[in-house]
Amino acid sequence: MDLEKQHYFIRKLHSMSGVLPIGLFLMEHLIVNSFSMRGPEAYNNAVAVLQSIPFLPVVELLLIAIPIIFHGLYGLWIVYLAKNNVLSYTYYRNWLFYLQRVTAIITLIFVAYHSYTLRIANALFGLEISFNTMTAVLSNPWMMVFYIVGLLASVYHFANGLATFLITWGVTVGPFSQRVAVIVSGLLFISLSYIGIQALFAFI
Amino acid sequence: MPEYIHLKIKRQDGPKEPSRWEEFKIPYKPNMNVVSVLMELRKNPTNAHGQKTTPVVWDCTCLEEVCGACTMLINGKARQACSALIDQLEQPIKLAPLTKFPVIRDLQVDRQVMFEHLKKVKAWVNIDGAFDLGRGPRLSEHDRKVAYQLSRCMTCGCCMEACPNVNSKSDFMGAAPLAQVRLFNIHPLGKMDKNQRLDAIMTKGGITDCGNSQNCVMACPKNVPLTTSIADLNRQTTLYSFARFFNR
Repeated sequence: MDLEKQHYFIRKLHSMSGVLPIGLFLMEHLIVNSFSMRGPEAYNNAVAVLQSIPFLPVVELLLIAIPIIFHGLYGLWIVYLAKNNVLSYTYYRNWLFYLQRVTAIITLIFVAYHSYTLRIANALFGLEISFNTMTAVLSNPWMMVFYIVGLLASVYHFANGLATFLITWGVTVGPFSQRVAVIVSGLLFISLSYIGIQALFAFI
Repeated sequence: MPEYIHLKIKRQDGPKEPSRWEEFKIPYKPNMNVVSVLMELRKNPTNAHGQKTTPVVWDCTCLEEVCGACTMLINGKARQACSALIDQLEQPIKLAPLTKFPVIRDLQVDRQVMFEHLKKVKAWVNIDGAFDLGRGPRLSEHDRKVAYQLSRCMTCGCCMEACPNVNSKSDFMGAAPLAQVRLFNIHPLGKMDKNQRLDAIMTKGGITDCGNSQNCVMACPKNVPLTTSIADLNRQTTLYSFARFFNR
């Protein structure tokens, strides 16, 4: 396959994969995690429901693992291609652009660690995914800080990415609609961060 | 009133030569711009330490901010030297060549790549025929307004200079040629080759390489609606790509 010829398609796929399925999965993940606020039993029940989804490994592979690996690795290449200049051109949009790349790296490291130590450890070493497992992880204050940073980075990357997704697909064309999209994405960032942090603290 | 104008100029003797900073002090006169200061400097090319030096090389043509030739970095930002008024600039005034184009000498750069991009995206209207085709269709007032805004682009390179995605690592063509695609896709005759232009920007270095930092529209001295044009072309290419696939 001639990659240069498929350039437009690959870039569009990269843009789409960030929202569908990855963004959708992120929202589902944060909402299900917030069951921790209802106590260990509610959380363990929610995990059990997810683990009982038919064809789970296939679903996880096709809708989560492969899109994230593609989005993450191709995204690294996009991060490398930019030569950031926020100090000379200090416009807020340029900062959003820069932060999108900073959070991309943080999110990639966080997601790799997070999925290796939990989901992959579960598959390889039979680690039980439960409220108590998470309590053990998060009772280390450094781990809590790492999780909060990882959460904020991934939520920012998703919320800001959603606003630029709308530009990339030609939905928000004029400056007004683009500004509205930035405000909405800011509200999304605040609400998802709030849900995520509440869920994290509920474990300890 | 200050006695002199303090300049710091990034000099380079040739395309492959190393660069260096040289300071100059020019006797103050009111209402000067960067071009007139550089002209003054040329009369007596002596640096701030009193040493004789070569005259500073730069480009300029129109002197009224419509040609784009005198674009350079003035105190770190890309703009035209002719419309940069000394009395409004913080001193020492730092002049440097644009960083996204090859330097020819001193402040003069080679912006040929911008012309190559315009050729690549077919930024023209095909009108040649064997006989007179008569008058073309009229433009609506709305389209005329948009087209006029887009037609003010002078290919100065400010948008490329400010864009983080335009650099030696990437092939991105920047905002200017994309806005011209929008212009010629609005034109009633240009529309006939609409899809060819979209094909031309749906390649490596084309529309998808925009990262929405939106510096271009802030840097543009002619207020060309660059980001609106890019988003509009995103819509055009999205719809076209679906049509192209599903009609196959």
